[in-house]
Amino acid sequence: MNTVVSPAVGADTRPALKFITCGSVDDGKSTLIGRLLVDSKAVLQDHLAGVQRQGETDLALLTDGLSAEREQGITIDVAYRYFNTETRKFIIGDAPGHEQYTRNMVTAASSADAAVVLVDATKLDWRNAALKLLAQTRRHSLLLKLLRVPSIVFAVNKLDAVEDPTQAFTHIRNALTEFAATAGLTVTATVPVSALKGWNVVDAAVDAHWCGYSGPTLLDILEHLPVTPADVSLPVSFPVQWVEKFSSSSDTSQGRRVFWGRVATGEATVGQAVKVMPSGLTAKVAQVLDHARNPKPVAAGHSAGIVLDRELDVSRGDWLLAADDENDTLTATSSLSATVAWLDDEPLIAGRVYWALHGHRWVKAKVQRIVHRLDIHTLAEESANQLEANAIGHIELALQEPLATRPFAESRALGAMVLVDTASHKTSGALLVN
Amino acid sequence: MNARIDNAVLETAHHLSNAHLDALEEETIFILREVAAAFERPALLFSGGKDSLVMLRCAEKAFGVGRIPYPLLMIDTGHNFPEVTAFRDLRAGELQAELIVRNVEDSMKRGTVRLSHPEESRNVHQSVTLLEAIEEFRFDALIGGARRDEEKARAKERIFSHRDSFGQWQPKAQRPELWTLFNTRLAPGEHFRVFPISNWTELDVWQYIEREQIALPSLYYSHKRDVIDRRGLLVPVTELTPAKDGETVQTRDVRFRTLGDITCTCPVESTAATPEQIVLETLTAEVSERGSTRMDDKTSDASMEKRKKDGYF
Repeated sequence: MNTVVSPAVGADTRPALKFITCGSVDDGKSTLIGRLLVDSKAVLQDHLAGVQRQGETDLALLTDGLSAEREQGITIDVAYRYFNTETRKFIIGDAPGHEQYTRNMVTAASSADAAVVLVDATKLDWRNAALKLLAQTRRHSLLLKLLRVPSIVFAVNKLDAVEDPTQAFTHIRNALTEFAATAGLTVTATVPVSALKGWNVVDAAVDAHWCGYSGPTLLDILEHLPVTPADVSLPVSFPVQWVEKFSSSSDTSQGRRVFWGRVATGEATVGQAVKVMPSGLTAKVAQVLDHARNPKPVAAGHSAGIVLDRELDVSRGDWLLAADDENDTLTATSSLSATVAWLDDEPLIAGRVYWALHGHRWVKAKVQRIVHRLDIHTLAEESANQLEANAIGHIELALQEPLATRPFAESRALGAMVLVDTASHKTSGALLVN
Repeated sequence: MNARIDNAVLETAHHLSNAHLDALEEETIFILREVAAAFERPALLFSGGKDSLVMLRCAEKAFGVGRIPYPLLMIDTGHNFPEVTAFRDLRAGELQAELIVRNVEDSMKRGTVRLSHPEESRNVHQSVTLLEAIEEFRFDALIGGARRDEEKARAKERIFSHRDSFGQWQPKAQRPELWTLFNTRLAPGEHFRVFPISNWTELDVWQYIEREQIALPSLYYSHKRDVIDRRGLLVPVTELTPAKDGETVQTRDVRFRTLGDITCTCPVESTAATPEQIVLETLTAEVSERGSTRMDDKTSDASMEKRKKDGYF
């Protein structure tokens, strides 16, 4: 158990922090996680024994669990690990750095409260004040921004292996700061670490001013990061996940069906006027149940059961939207402009039809045009006929049925979709409504 | 197990647990409902073990007693502890749930399972019987109680995990799983394995059992049992796992951290007789659940991955 930080006020009400580690291949992500787990005493003896090779502990082997990963020495898919300190529980998603497996990094990032982007000092021209960052550092950071991961921490690693760690850290930190400013990233902290030696990960470096840094360790920072705030300030919106129909006589006497789902924005309360989309029918909320069937108001991010005051045709995939403020009522639209992160080896092609999943609703979506593709290096917008795997672009879609959406920047649930290939059924793209 | 308890550790655990357990419960219920809504013929794998009993409690909250909208499916190796099988039947009855049992022995009679020698563990052969049951009932989603903290291949598993028409997991080609937008599209013959308690740890399971007062088979709690200490593993002496020549049988206070096939499940030394005492033990455990109890995971680092590729849960 780690004892660095005294328990924070309100620690008992905080859910676990989900964070991911990302960055380029061989930047030491798996080693960093191994270090976090070992130094916070979260690794059990048999697991530790399993990563001893000729007397040396290879921390990376704690997370690289697939035989294909061990063969190739790379992380292919996200490994989820769990640990806690005295003040907090953590879920780590160890994301692969390899460009080919960016889709798995996006998988981990979509549910993360925070991300630690590892930067390998030994791979950069650290003596140069105007050094260039690696493409994957930039790509991952941009994806984190797109996906609205609330906290981003840069961890500059392997500084034990460079001649002048202070100069290296200063130059790399400046380059990261400049890149962040250009890309519009908000960075919580930039920390020098040595995952291999265990400096500034759980315990502070032996030299308190190592690299000219005297701030908190990476774990200190993680212990104080917020979880993703729910979109509670917006009017209520609710995607219907499952319709519970009662068949026994005692239940039908209530004359109601319960619509279950997770409140996307706002708060579900009794008396609220709602409009059913896409039918446009209106009703009032007669009863709200929490996930475990207790009657109480339910805020964004949590599952609720909603009973309406009249019988309406409502099914899975429909949305219930606040209807009391005419000016703020969402209207459905059948054309969308969106940013897409393409994850499939089959490129996205203008003119093709995909399945789009929005909340619990599947609709056909046709790519009307590719507006542009983002150049990862220059952040310039370039024209494109298709989007290859790992590209980030801007597209326009025509929808088979209108959907009520909000920009992803306002509402994660209303602004997020996935595109699914109609032939292979692969999850091909992450779509963020503009 | 280590009996050393630090009061600070204890307090912290209780401090952190309730909000955390609520979040886990809510996630599990959301997933259980998603399966009910998105699939035509789902089933919930139910062994009578602690993880599946935790899932059932969440299903009770999700759907109400007597309303779980899918059958419970058990693949019986014929080598299960009788206490567990009895408990399974009792619990299914209480919940008014449909229970389907399929036996590895029937697969052996059909000739689809052949043992290399009579004493071979039937555990790995469950995959064949499971895939036969999937074909028989044309299940399109099987809910399982696997947790990501159990094992390194499990740590990589998606919540909605696609299986091809041979029931195989393809770890290099897992579908991206973004937010809670679960892609449940299938081609004919394919199915999903769904893991609603992916994010729970062994400690979470025990804290939830304690909080919800979930009844478990008695073998999970301390009892006296004849065992053989075989290189640190306490092998239970049963008809299926008799003592070998020259081995000393001892009677020890033990409990099972995991319950599976008799031929590959070992208890740990423990006097913990209540969920609360087990929570304490788990907090200070220095060896993992599988490391201390499973004979079949030790053969190679990748044994679980290989079995999952073959259709195992």
